[in-house]
Amino acid sequence: MALKEDDVRKIAHLARLAIDDADIPQYVQELSRVLELVEQMSTVNTDNVQPLAHPLDESQRLRKDEVTEINEREHFQSIAPATEDGLYLVPKVIE
Amino acid sequence: MHNKTLAELSAGLANGEYTSVELTRHFLDRANELNPELNAYTTITAEQALAEAQSADKNRSAGNAGALTGIPMAHKDIYCTRGVRTSCGSRMLDNFIAPYDAHVVTQLKKAGMVMLGKLNMDEFAMGSSNETSYYGPVKNPWNHNCVPGGSSGGSAAAVAARLTPAATGTDTGGSIRQPAALCGVTGIKPTYGRVSRYGMIAFASSLDQGGPITRTAEDAAMMLNAMAGFDQRDSTSVDRAVPDYTHHLTDDIKGLKIGVPKEYFEEGLDDKVRAVIEAALSEYESLGAKCVEISLPNSAIAVPTYYVVAPAECSSNLSRFDGVRFGYRCADPKDLIDLYCRSRAEGFGAEVKRRIMIGTYALSAGYYDAYYLKAQKLRRLISDDFKNAFEQVDVIMGPTTPTTAFRLGEKTDDPVTMYLSDIYTIAVNLAGLPGMSIPAGLIDGLPVGLQLIGNYFSEEKLLNVAHRYQQATDWHRQSPPGL
Repeated sequence: MALKEDDVRKIAHLARLAIDDADIPQYVQELSRVLELVEQMSTVNTDNVQPLAHPLDESQRLRKDEVTEINEREHFQSIAPATEDGLYLVPKVIE
Repeated sequence: MHNKTLAELSAGLANGEYTSVELTRHFLDRANELNPELNAYTTITAEQALAEAQSADKNRSAGNAGALTGIPMAHKDIYCTRGVRTSCGSRMLDNFIAPYDAHVVTQLKKAGMVMLGKLNMDEFAMGSSNETSYYGPVKNPWNHNCVPGGSSGGSAAAVAARLTPAATGTDTGGSIRQPAALCGVTGIKPTYGRVSRYGMIAFASSLDQGGPITRTAEDAAMMLNAMAGFDQRDSTSVDRAVPDYTHHLTDDIKGLKIGVPKEYFEEGLDDKVRAVIEAALSEYESLGAKCVEISLPNSAIAVPTYYVVAPAECSSNLSRFDGVRFGYRCADPKDLIDLYCRSRAEGFGAEVKRRIMIGTYALSAGYYDAYYLKAQKLRRLISDDFKNAFEQVDVIMGPTTPTTAFRLGEKTDDPVTMYLSDIYTIAVNLAGLPGMSIPAGLIDGLPVGLQLIGNYFSEEKLLNVAHRYQQATDWHRQSPPGL
């Protein structure tokens, strides 16, 4: 399937990726090429086939609802781009 | 010293022929000398390695040494290592000092191994040539104009060039087996769930699996002994006893039934590679095995299926890189959306962005059934092909890759051409089966890999079958020119 420039803009926004207008034609071409490869999936009939989500068909394990982790906030925040008083800093969201 | 296998180094340390400190110095010297040309390491942790070696020597003199105690190794830079940069080959994590150890890292530390450093890789393990790394491509030790394969290209190149006796890798669509084949070394991707994914930076969670890259099957068995096992911190880790993988290495393989999928020998396979693989199969027959032709009818659909499943899961996994808690943050964001969008655009490379966008598209409203659900159904059919095959045969064999190592830059213009270099390895991940690649010959000075595929949890059998071949041949003993 061939994508249009607007499709690429929409996908980039959903993926939170800033892209330059100048690069859009190249994305259109490359992503369409990958989707063309992916379209080959439609050559195989999959009516009545159960989807496979886990290779061993196992389901998610449950554990007791107990606290198992220790608090390492300072350690984890020491690699953050910006923190203050134990909080992560981001640009102002509400005026 | 650097031409010795893990098993030989283990014996040498036990006999007091050298200490772990001497061994570690030797490999650090080699890495420092040869890495500027090969670019296999992203980080060399010399000081820490020597400290670990000293402690290994102390443990040995106190009588507390296991088979791997004091042997140097290196980790693919996808495994979190506490206090050491874990870049995943990306600008996004260029400044990321992991705050904890991956399960595999803990296990190998417990076994007494000494970490020499971290190994180069395709960015976030997305690539088949190591050319998507933020730190530049790795060179193939056999020919410096060729790629080492990927994504564990640094791991395979470092083992081939004897810059480390062993390395860890990860395999989502062939990332252990393909570089092992192109660099002439041995690699095993275990059954999905056999090795914990905890602390292994996620790419496609339903496919990712860690494993060792070594020179021999025996060495891979020794590494897997320490790496495999249940870990409750990985929600898909399988709770199942781990055998001693070295126990049955020498078992007789008389009567072994080898399935040879006809789809792996069709158009696209290089004629010289075909001849090498056929010679390897004849060698197996002379060891008492029997080859039978089988069919894996849905083979052709594996690559398209993979390029929905893997990007979809990657787009979800990589949403955590937002410039807020760790990793790269853009300068002067004007608002929160700008912070997200520019941090991600500047932190990720071209291939990672392409895959995130494909995955985002496949999962977006209105397309889920046509892409992700369809791919999961095809995944069932691909998996059933293998199930049917294993009712007739013990192992499946064929080429690991359609060609030998290609030239640097040869496939970077068209992503789809690059994707097709994993044509024989991808189905194994979709089915969750164990797979291996072992050296089986050389063409014009470049290695060829033989792929072995086993039934679920048959790693012991695969290692046995590989070991018997390596006892009868010496392809795994060949070393790149000048090394």
